[in-house]
Amino acid sequence: MGDHSHGSPQESGTVAKAQDGSLDKIQDPGLPPHRARLTDTDPRAAKRAERQVAILFAISMIGTVLFFVGYFAVGHPESIAEIRLQNMLLGVGTAFAMLGIGVGIVHWARTLMPDHEIAESRHEVRTEEDRQDAEAIINTIVDESGINRRPLIRNTLIGALALAPLPGVFILRDLDLTKESAGQIVDRLRHTMWDKGVRLTRDPSGTPIKASDVQIGSAFHVIPDGLNDTEDPLNEKAKAVVLLMRLDPEDLSVSPEREDWHYNGIVAYSKICTHVGCPVALYEQHTHHLLCPCHQSTFDLTQECKVIFGPAAHALPQLPITVDDEGFLVAQSDFHEPVGPGYWERG
Amino acid sequence: MSTNTVYQPKTKTGRIADFVDQRTGASGMVKEFGRKIFPDHWSFMFGEVALYTFVILLISGTFLTLFFDPSMAHTTYNGSYNPLKGIGMSVAYHTSLDISFDIRGGLFMRQVHHWSALLFVASVSVHMLRVFFTGAFRKPRELNWVVGSTLLVLAMGAGFTGYSLPDDLLSGNGLRIIDGIIKAIPVVGTYVSAFLFGGEFPGTAIIARLYMLHIMLVPALILLMVAVHLFMVVVHKHTQWAGPGRTEDNVVGFPVGPVYAAKAGGFFFIVFGVVAAISAFFTINPIWNYGPYDPSPVSAGTQPDWYIGWADGALRLMPGQLWDFSFDWIIPFPWGDNLLAMGVLVPAVVLVALLGGMFVWPWIERWVTKDDREHHLLDRPRNAPFRTAVGVAGVIFYCVLWAAASSDLIATHFGVALNDVTYWLRALFFLGPIFGFIIARRIALALQRKDRDIVLHGREAGIIEMSPEGAFTERHEQVDDYKLYKLMTFESHEVLPAQADRAGHVTRSEKLRGSISKFFFEDRVAPVTKAELEEARSHHGHHAVEGKDDKELEQ
Repeated sequence: MGDHSHGSPQESGTVAKAQDGSLDKIQDPGLPPHRARLTDTDPRAAKRAERQVAILFAISMIGTVLFFVGYFAVGHPESIAEIRLQNMLLGVGTAFAMLGIGVGIVHWARTLMPDHEIAESRHEVRTEEDRQDAEAIINTIVDESGINRRPLIRNTLIGALALAPLPGVFILRDLDLTKESAGQIVDRLRHTMWDKGVRLTRDPSGTPIKASDVQIGSAFHVIPDGLNDTEDPLNEKAKAVVLLMRLDPEDLSVSPEREDWHYNGIVAYSKICTHVGCPVALYEQHTHHLLCPCHQSTFDLTQECKVIFGPAAHALPQLPITVDDEGFLVAQSDFHEPVGPGYWERG
Repeated sequence: MSTNTVYQPKTKTGRIADFVDQRTGASGMVKEFGRKIFPDHWSFMFGEVALYTFVILLISGTFLTLFFDPSMAHTTYNGSYNPLKGIGMSVAYHTSLDISFDIRGGLFMRQVHHWSALLFVASVSVHMLRVFFTGAFRKPRELNWVVGSTLLVLAMGAGFTGYSLPDDLLSGNGLRIIDGIIKAIPVVGTYVSAFLFGGEFPGTAIIARLYMLHIMLVPALILLMVAVHLFMVVVHKHTQWAGPGRTEDNVVGFPVGPVYAAKAGGFFFIVFGVVAAISAFFTINPIWNYGPYDPSPVSAGTQPDWYIGWADGALRLMPGQLWDFSFDWIIPFPWGDNLLAMGVLVPAVVLVALLGGMFVWPWIERWVTKDDREHHLLDRPRNAPFRTAVGVAGVIFYCVLWAAASSDLIATHFGVALNDVTYWLRALFFLGPIFGFIIARRIALALQRKDRDIVLHGREAGIIEMSPEGAFTERHEQVDDYKLYKLMTFESHEVLPAQADRAGHVTRSEKLRGSISKFFFEDRVAPVTKAELEEARSHHGHHAVEGKDDKELEQ
């Protein structure tokens, strides 16, 4: 082999090439000769292939029958097992019905139809004459329209065309069925159902939670009291849903302004991940980590849910809580910052 | 209009054809297409699979629309699936369950629809890889490559809008992610989200809106693109592999009627049959296990459909904070602070860059090689080492993102730490494409050398001979002329240094082009020439030839 590496400053050396002046190409030997198939030479093989094709088509017919067996004999399935059986019969029936035809036709084509390749010459995408004619026509069109001679018309047309589609975009504004102003849309994202004195209740039953029910190490999925009676519970829930956990107060490091936001180590944080809004649904008791199973953002409960891993960029908002006269957990106020993923107006 | 009374068809088929022709003038079509030649190669089948799965999607999708109601109105389940009885849900989810459990064949149709959707995107992707690695996108087919790329994007759009329709827990969480991404768009994101969802997330409008897109707009665009795509295939005729008898000026293959029609037509039934068989045995998207959408729960191990995986993986790989540096950039303006959620925007830019690179690659290659000729013969991937390497780098880039979408499952299945999986994938995100580029190019060059060796010295016959002196050598056999021609005829690009323009300046972009050209084409294996071949053949054995070539290169 003559193409080992022999590098020099001028050349990387991995070029294997011919001597100068010998760049002649090798003659095209033309299409290889056609090799006859067994079915071309042996009439019995051809007959056998014919029978095989017919059998494949017959298998297709049997497949269609099988489909109807599944459809009628199983009838209206009552149990999961019956549904599974019916699905299987319909599927296998269809598979045989289709594969029988498909494999049969392809087998027919491969064994009995001519298999010698044919050459056909390519035609040009367009002829030179057509191209010149078309160019002349386009020039005439441009010329007759006078668009090049009358820049005033051209420029105002460009302006009009640039502006005219804008209503088509702005008319989509009314897709927001709430008919709110831009400011209200942003405002809506800042507020949830939580307010002073709103009870923390279990998700989804809506039963209130007593502080004494919350053991150290336990976790609750929480919604605000009255959420199920609102007009659009899912919309409210998508913002207001909260995770509640009780830790040993010793484990919590609390910043000065949040000192009274927890109650005896019971803390409440927004469940909506600050990455793109998936619920942060996994709580690891030993490490006090909260994890979003969708994108693995991890928040440390002991450090006010700051991000310790993953794509989230800011901590989970904390809901300040306390207890009411009857010992039920209640919110002190709404969240002090918007919940969920970041957006332009979040600031 | 005078009818043709001269020609009298003799056969029965002829009479029918004549009847149709006198009313439609279809004989021109038959003349044009009846014996049109299509080259044959197994790798040309992926485009067919894409077309046929799309037809299956239309058929099964039509069935599903007959029973599906895209309403988000609240209802209580009263169907035959016991675990969900009495549970509140949307009408959309209810009818999805009804299709699965209470309509005979409905579950099967759902399975066929979902499986063929996955297969559709897969076959479009593999088809594009085939076109890329063989250089089939080169002039005059650049625009068709763009149409194909558009089809890939549309296929992903069709898939995602369909994924969301059943309104189950999984699809709802997918929509929530979309909502989060939209909200991250600077200035307009909040409003776009509000308009899309008809107010707040999740609202009560989104399913009906996606339904409109999924069954009307997106399929119509796909159909339009498919039509344009096939029209251009007819205009250009098919590409073909280089080989004996195949030139840039001809097409070698089988005529449409009857061989190609039978093979391609039969293949539709095979694809349908395979999809039906998969649907019979493997359940996909068992929405009854997930329950109706609720913003609070989410199941561990949530995965998007495979074609969205790379987008989800990009979201997962991007760190939100590096040490104390947050990717939530707060920008102080006179009217107050605004926030750029770079942690979400950067992955989006990565995705757009990869898709954009795909769209413009034909022009990049044309710019670097300055090759403006028409190409109808395909490159074997090994004979275009630079392109193959770029393609492999792109595939690795995509696959790292794609694997990242399953980082949690990788962690649980292989018993490794979740965070470590992410760190490794982050490293691979940067290093993988580089290593892939280098290795793929080395392999391609090595394969070219092997071809060169076979041409000059014959193939290894597997017969060991002992000489009278006791030395063992392997006998080499000369390959036949047809094989030889196939191995020898290819184009090998050479470095094209930066050229001065008419004024004698070498522009900065031309310098860049020159250095890219050097980077791509510096290492190359030239095709064997006639002289080399004759010289090799005039020597006996291959040691003599090796010695000669070595000397040449040292000069």
